Amino acid sequence: MTRRVRIALLAPALLGLGTLFAWAIAGLPPFGEYRGPYGFVLNQIVVPLRHTTNVVMATTFDVRGIDTMGEEFILYASVLGVTLLLRDETGARQVERNTRRLRDDTVRLVGVLMVGGGLLVGLWLVAFGYITPGGGFPGGVVLAGAILVLYLIGSHRDYRPFRNEHVLDPLEGIGTGGYVVVGLAALVGGLAFLTNLFGFGQTGTLASGGSIGILNAAAGIAVTIAMLLLFAEFLETYVVPLEPEDVGS
Amino acid sequence: MTVAATLVPLQAVVFALVVLGAPLVVLTRDPLRQALVNGVYGVSLVLLFVVLAAPDPALSMLVVSGIAYPLVILAAIARSRGERRRPKELGDD
Repeated sequence: MTRRVRIALLAPALLGLGTLFAWAIAGLPPFGEYRGPYGFVLNQIVVPLRHTTNVVMATTFDVRGIDTMGEEFILYASVLGVTLLLRDETGARQVERNTRRLRDDTVRLVGVLMVGGGLLVGLWLVAFGYITPGGGFPGGVVLAGAILVLYLIGSHRDYRPFRNEHVLDPLEGIGTGGYVVVGLAALVGGLAFLTNLFGFGQTGTLASGGSIGILNAAAGIAVTIAMLLLFAEFLETYVVPLEPEDVGS
Repeated sequence: MTVAATLVPLQAVVFALVVLGAPLVVLTRDPLRQALVNGVYGVSLVLLFVVLAAPDPALSMLVVSGIAYPLVILAAIARSRGERRRPKELGDD
């Protein structure tokens, strides 16, 4: 296809899309104006009903808890897909032989501090997710990222358990399955699936929210392990492009 | 001046950052650099969520644009470059 034909095809398409886009933008409500009603209702009912001060988390893990279960399984299925696509049994064993040792002590020291700091921030985000902004999803990625720094600073031996699928797979099952188990526990008690159990505790403390805290922890585990499984697959992939001079002994 | 009144110019500045950052990502040609520029652009989106008083999406954006997404891109680059190099190495042998 010549350049002229491509431009001839692009120009009307761009014009049409641009017109529709401008039309859509012009029809939006003014910036910052929310027309409700769900946000207003949630802001009114969540703190008195669930005793959690982060309305976002009470919404994701309680009011629409079943959607979040679906989201957890979306993540689970995505990681499964990446694993199936990238799996390369031959490359797996070469990784540690083909990576260069990091000799700079300053970088290693900063890295070690980053691992500790990152783990702390991640745990804090997960633990206090339903009191302050955060929660199992962002917290889990921070935790996994902090653990990955172990690999980046060359502590490959310390990183080994975090890329071992025999360790990771059962934990991923506990995280993803734990969410369903909490939902089923309500069914056993004669209530609807995912009904909030365990009492709501005192507002603004870690012992508030009932099931929200447990579901949040389950999501935290599921996300952390899902990311570590992804990293494990990626590290196998990184092996391929290493230059011969990078292969230190 | 109230907090809300202070936020309006701040929001305007961050909006401008986002508008300027997006074409920078598109105009970067090298995929490896593009991954880095995209990370920086992600930080501007994080700032946008912060000044719009949405801390939860800000945290999610931070971890997605800072940790998860660059790693996916890097893995994809590593794999495609490796596959291109392989036949050449075989030829050298």
